Amino acid sequence: MIVYLDNAASTPPLPEVLAAVTHAMTDLYANPSSAHGLGAAAARALEQARGEVAGLLRAQPSEIVFCGGGTEANALGLLGAAALARGRHMVVSAIEHPAVLRSAESLVSKGWELSKVAPAPNGRVTVESVMAALRPDTAVLAVMLANNEIGTLQSVAEIGRALRAAGRKLHFHVDAVQFAGLVPLDVQALGADSLAISGHKLHGPKGTGALWLRKGARVAPLWDGGRQENGLRSGTENLPGWVGLGRAAALCQQSPQAGEAVAALRDRLESQIMEAIPEARTTIPATTPRAPHIASLLLPGLPAEPLLHALEARGVYASAGAACSTRAHGPSHVLVAIGISERDAVLRFSLSRLTSESDVKVAALALREAVDEIASVVKLRRRNSKP
Amino acid sequence: MTTILCRYGELFLKGGNRHIFLRALANNVRAAVRDLPEAKVSVPHGRVVVQVADQARAEACSRLERVFGLVSISPVANVAADIDAICAAAVAEAQAAVARDPDLRRSFKIEPHRSNKHFPLQSHEIACRAGDAVSVATGIPVDVHNPALRVGIEISPQATNVFAERRPAPGGLPAGVSGRAILLLSGGIDSPVAGWLAAKRGLAQEALTFHSPPFTGEKAKDKVIALARELSRWQAVSTLWIAGFTETQKRLRAAGRPELAVVLYRRMMVRVADLLCDRAHCGAIVTGENLGQVASQTLTNMRNIEVAGRHLILRPLLTYDKVETTALARRIGTYDISALPFEDCCSLFVPAHPATAARLSDVERAEATLDVAKEAADIAEQAEPIVL
Repeated sequence: MIVYLDNAASTPPLPEVLAAVTHAMTDLYANPSSAHGLGAAAARALEQARGEVAGLLRAQPSEIVFCGGGTEANALGLLGAAALARGRHMVVSAIEHPAVLRSAESLVSKGWELSKVAPAPNGRVTVESVMAALRPDTAVLAVMLANNEIGTLQSVAEIGRALRAAGRKLHFHVDAVQFAGLVPLDVQALGADSLAISGHKLHGPKGTGALWLRKGARVAPLWDGGRQENGLRSGTENLPGWVGLGRAAALCQQSPQAGEAVAALRDRLESQIMEAIPEARTTIPATTPRAPHIASLLLPGLPAEPLLHALEARGVYASAGAACSTRAHGPSHVLVAIGISERDAVLRFSLSRLTSESDVKVAALALREAVDEIASVVKLRRRNSKP
Repeated sequence: MTTILCRYGELFLKGGNRHIFLRALANNVRAAVRDLPEAKVSVPHGRVVVQVADQARAEACSRLERVFGLVSISPVANVAADIDAICAAAVAEAQAAVARDPDLRRSFKIEPHRSNKHFPLQSHEIACRAGDAVSVATGIPVDVHNPALRVGIEISPQATNVFAERRPAPGGLPAGVSGRAILLLSGGIDSPVAGWLAAKRGLAQEALTFHSPPFTGEKAKDKVIALARELSRWQAVSTLWIAGFTETQKRLRAAGRPELAVVLYRRMMVRVADLLCDRAHCGAIVTGENLGQVASQTLTNMRNIEVAGRHLILRPLLTYDKVETTALARRIGTYDISALPFEDCCSLFVPAHPATAARLSDVERAEATLDVAKEAADIAEQAEPIVL
C-alpha cells in the first residue's frame, strides 16, 4: 500500500486530466496557429483551457499566459517585469522558493540591488517589514502566498493594500505555486500585478504552468520567436499539457470546500503524531495562518533522511525539510531563516484532496515506528560522542 | 566499413605465455565491440585489428580506448596497394587530423612500414611520394625529427592502411589474465578507482556493496549501481552484489564499545567477501583502503581487518594522496557519480571517535557475543546480484 504524503512536491494527475491530455494528444494534434479547421479545433481547446485557469483565479482569460511550469511563470513575472523597470532595486521575502530567489539573485550581476526581507520565527513576513524595505527606486517586489516547506501564508493582500495606500507604483509579483488548488483564490483582491501557478501541484501535468498578468501590467518576454501567448511566450503551444492544466483547474473549482477538509485531516495528522511521539512538535505554531495541506513537524535530535527511508519501508512517502539533512545537501534557507537547529529533523507531510482518513492513521503509526527504529541507533551515537 | 588498428604494449615482453595474454586481449576486444554492426576482430602479427560499420566508428573508438592491454588505437583508411591511392588517403587523413587539432599544422612526417615486400616502391620512395602530396595539398612543412603530425602508412601482405590519428588507450594487462577478485565497492571516490587499477593489472572482478536501509536510501544504492556500470565499461567489473547489512550492523554496533564499531563492520565485510570469493572462484579481495586516511586505515586496524578473512587483500590505493585518487577518478569517469550527495554508508553508524588502534582481543571479545560466521553466511546468501 502507498500512502503518498508528498503532494507539495508533486501531485498525482487525476483520471480526468489524463483523459483530457490523451484526447488532446490523440485528436488535437494540429497547430493552434494553423488556418484550417483542425488548427481551429486546437485553438478552441486552448482557449477553453485558458478560461478554466482564469476561473480558478477569478481572472479574465486574456490575463492568463500559459508557461512551461511554475519556475518559468515566476521567471516571466519577475525577470519580465525587471526588464521593463526603470528602478534597479528589488525586494523579495527571504523564504521564497529558489525559482524566485535565484531569479532575483541573477539580476544582481546586471546591476540590480536585492533586499531580502526576513520572516518572524513563525515564518511570516510582516507587512511593516516589507514596506520598510522599499526604497524610492524599488521596481519589483515578490512575496509568495504559501511557503513550500513549512506552509505559512504571507499577508499578500495586506501588502497589496499597503502598496496602494502608499501610492507605490512597482511590479508586485506573487508566487502562488504552492497555494493554488485547494482554497479559492481571487487575484483581484490581492493587489498584485502578476501571479504564478504550476500544473503538477494541482493534479495537472508536469511541465505546465501559467502566469496571471493583471490587465495593464507589463512584462517583457523572456525570449522571442513565433509570439504565441500574446507575444509573451513564444513557442508552439503545449496543447496537451495546457488542456490538462485547464481540466485540473476546472476540477479544483468544483470542490471549493476541499481546503477545509484537507486542513481538518492535516490537523488530525499533526495531533495523532504528537500524541504518538511526545517529543514531536509542529515547526511553526499551529495557529499561524498556513496552507491547508502542509504539516511540517520537528523531531528533536533525529536525522531526517533515515526517518524518511524508514517511513518509505512502511509505505509512507514524505519529504525532509531538514536544516541540514546530510552533509552534502546543505541547509534549507527557509528553516535557517526561522531559526531551526540543524540537529533536528524536520519532516514535511503534504496532503491532497485524495488523502484519506486512513492514510493519516497509517502515517502517524509509521512515524512512531520509524522514530523508534532510528532513535535506537542515534542514542548509541550520542552516548559515544560524549566521552 | 571502418578499420581500427589497436596496438598493445607490455604483452610484447611476455615469453612463453604470450599467446595466453594475446588470446585474452583479443577476447576482451571482441567483447567490447561485439554488439556493434558488422564488427569483426582479427589478430595479425603484432596488432589487433577491429572492423566495424562506418556509422559505429566513434562508438567503437570510445570503447577500445577502455580496453586494458591496448596502448593506442588508430582508425585507418583501408586502401588498395597502389601508390596513388595511398597518397590520396595520406592527404585526406592529414587534412582530417589538422581539422580536429589545428595545432598539428606546425609540421608533419610520413612514417611508412612496408612488410609487403612485393610492393614496387621502397619505404623511402613511399615517404617521398606521400610527403610531397601532403605538403602540396595542405602546405604543412615537413619535419622528420620532431613532427607535430605523423602520418602512418602500413603496407602488409593482408592490407594497406593509412592513418594520422593515434588515440591513447589505458595500457596495462588484459582484464582477466591475472585472475579474479571481489571488489568492495562503496559510493565514495576511492573504491571505484581501486577497482579500475586492479583491472588495469589484469584482474576480472565482481563488486560487492553493503546497503543499510533505512539508514541508506534507494538513491544511494542507485549511485553504487551507476559506479559499477561505469567500471563495467572498462571491463573492470562484471557483476554487482548488493548485500543487506542493517541488522548485522545494529548487532555489531551494540556488541562492543562504540569506538570499535568501524573495525567490526569492516571485518564482517571481509568475511562476506571471503564467502563470495569462494562462490565466484576469486583469489583476492580488492579495497579502496588508503594508509592513514581514516581511523580504520591505520596499520593496526588494517591488520585487524585482514585477519578476519582468508583471502589476500589488495589495496591499490594504499599510497595514493587524495588529490591523486581524485584526479584518476575524474579521468576514468567515476568522480561525478561519486560526488553525488547520497551517502552510501550512513554516518549514523560511524562513532564520533573511532579507535585508531583497536586491540584485537577487544574486537574478538565483542564479536564473541554473536555468531559472526552465521551472520556473514546469511548476508552472503541473501546478497542480490545485478549483472552489469
